[in-house]
Amino acid sequence: MAGIAVLCEVQGGQIAKGSLGVLEEAARLGAALGEPVDAIVCGSGLDDAAMGALGGFGAAKVIVADDAALASGIAQPVVDACATAQESGQYRYWLAGASIMSADAMAGLAARLGAGIVIDAVELHGEGGALVTRRSGLGDSVLAHCGFTTPVGVVVTRANAFAATEGNGGSAPVERIAPAFRSYSQAVQLVGHEDAEDSGPDIGAADVLVAGGRGLGDAAGFALVEECASAFGGAVAATRAVVDAGWYPYSAQVGQTGKTVTPKLYVACGISGAIQHKVGMQGSGTIVAINKDKNAPIFDYADFGIIGDLNTVVPKLTELVKARG
Amino acid sequence: MRIAICVKEVPDPTAAKRIDEGTMRLVRSGENTLNPYDRHAIEAAVQIKEGPAPDTEITIVTVGPESAGRSVDRALAQGGDQSVHVADEAAAGSDLLGTARILAAALKRGNYDLILLGQQAADSECYVMAGLVAELLELPCVTQAASIELGDGAVTVKRQVETGYDTVKAALPCVVSVSDAINDPRYPPLPAIMGAKRKPHEIVSLAELGVDAATVGAAGAGTAIGGLSKPEGRGDTIVIEDDGSAAEQLLAFLIEKKVVA
Repeated sequence: MAGIAVLCEVQGGQIAKGSLGVLEEAARLGAALGEPVDAIVCGSGLDDAAMGALGGFGAAKVIVADDAALASGIAQPVVDACATAQESGQYRYWLAGASIMSADAMAGLAARLGAGIVIDAVELHGEGGALVTRRSGLGDSVLAHCGFTTPVGVVVTRANAFAATEGNGGSAPVERIAPAFRSYSQAVQLVGHEDAEDSGPDIGAADVLVAGGRGLGDAAGFALVEECASAFGGAVAATRAVVDAGWYPYSAQVGQTGKTVTPKLYVACGISGAIQHKVGMQGSGTIVAINKDKNAPIFDYADFGIIGDLNTVVPKLTELVKARG
Repeated sequence: MRIAICVKEVPDPTAAKRIDEGTMRLVRSGENTLNPYDRHAIEAAVQIKEGPAPDTEITIVTVGPESAGRSVDRALAQGGDQSVHVADEAAAGSDLLGTARILAAALKRGNYDLILLGQQAADSECYVMAGLVAELLELPCVTQAASIELGDGAVTVKRQVETGYDTVKAALPCVVSVSDAINDPRYPPLPAIMGAKRKPHEIVSLAELGVDAATVGAAGAGTAIGGLSKPEGRGDTIVIEDDGSAAEQLLAFLIEKKVVA
C-alpha cells in the first residue's frame, strides 16, 4: 500500500472548497510521509482540464470516474468508484472532508476494505512513517492521537478544519477509470431535488448574528430572535433542526450543511450546539449562549453562557441594546 | 413489516466524561442512558406502526455490556416489541468497524425490511454507523432522513444535503439513519415503562452470531489511540445562571470586550 487518495467532491459543477482544503493538507502530509497524493473525483460530464487543475492544490494525479450513476451525489455508487480506484492505486490512506456524501462514501469504503476509519479528524500528522490523526472528542475537550492497525486507513476530516488557498495554478495528469458498480449500490435513486433558496439577508456579511434553535419552541419564537438581531443591527441565523422543521428559511442556516459564518458576535438562543452546528460558527469572534439546559454542549465553546429562560433573557437583552441606541 | 432499530447506550450527557489514560477508552462506569438521537429512530418506527403498517414488528438491536439492558428496556418502552442484545466481553473496545461488524451479524439473522439508526451517537458523535452497517450487509443506505414514507416495497426519504433537499427512493430492505429533525419523540407512559421488562429479550454472544472475536473488540480494532492531548481552547468560558440580571451582565461583558460600543 502506498500513496494517499483524497475524495474530492463536486458540488454544483465545481470541486467543493472543503475538498480543496483537505487535498492541500493531504499534500503536506504526503510530503512528510514521502507518499504521493492522488485526487479522486466522481461525477458525470467532468472536464479533463478542470479536473487537472487539482494539481494546483497538491494532486500528483487526478483519477476521474465519470458515469451517469455518479451524477446524483448519492454515496454508494461513489463507494464503488473509490473501490475501483483502490484496486489500481492500492492507496495506504483515504481522506475526505465531512460532507454528507463524503462521510457516507468513506464509511462504505472502510467497510468494503475492512479498513479502520477515523471520523472528525481535525489534524493530520506524519509520525514514525505513518498517519496519526488528531480526533476531537468529549465536546472538543480532548484530542485523541488516533492511527491505524489495518493496511488501509480511512479518515473523514471535520468540516471546515482545513481552509483552502487559491492554489498555485499547476495542473496534474488526469486518468479515467470505469467503476465496477454493484446492484445494491445503485438501489437508491434520486427522485427529486429542491435547491437551497439563497434569497433573504446575507448572513455571511453580518457583524452580529442572533441565532435560534429548537429551544425557541416554535416558529413564532423567532420573533424574539428577530427583534434582538435588529437591536444589534445584525441578522438572524438558524440551526438545521429548525430549518428542517420549517420554522425558518434555509438561507439562514448555519452549520455543516448550511453556511459557515464568522461574525464579531454570535448569540445562540435555544441551541444545544451539536457538532454539525459548531463547525459552521466556531470561528465567530465572541460566542454567547442562552439555553435552559445547563448541560448543552454549546456552553463548552461559548465565551459567555447564560443558563436561563430565553423568553425572559432575550427580550431584556433587546431592550438594553436598544436603550444604548 | 419487520423493522430493526440499532441503539446505543451512552454516558449520561449530564455527567462529566473522561477517557481512561490506560485503556484510552471512555469511562462508562457512571450513569448511562439511551442515546438521545436513537429516540428519533424509535419514534419513526412507532409512527410507521401506528400509520401505514400496523402489522409492523419492531426489534431493538444493541451491542454493549449486560448493564446496557437498562437502555434496551428504555427503547422497548418507547415502542419496541422485542430486543436482541449482543453482550460479550470480547466486544469491549470495538472501534467503529468492529461495532458495525457485530451489528451487521446480529441484523443478518433477522431478515429485516427496514433497519433504522439515529443520526449519530451522542458520546462519540459518530455519524457513519449506517454507512458501515449497510455496506457490510450489502444493502442500500440513506442517511439523515428528515422524513420517511413507505409504499410499494420502497422507502422514500427527504434529506437535507449541502445544496438543498434531495428526495431519494430505495427498495426495501434498506438501511436508513434519521435526522433529529424528523420527529419529536414521545415519552413513554408509565405502564409502557413497567411493561418493557416483560417483552422478549434475547442476549447473544459473538460465537452465537458467528462473529470471529479476533475481528472485533480491542483485538480487532483497525484504529489505535496512542495518546491524548489538550486542544487549544477559546479561553475561559463564563457561565452564569439567570437571577434576573443575566442580560445586564451579558451587556457589561460585551461592552468590556468592545463587541458593543
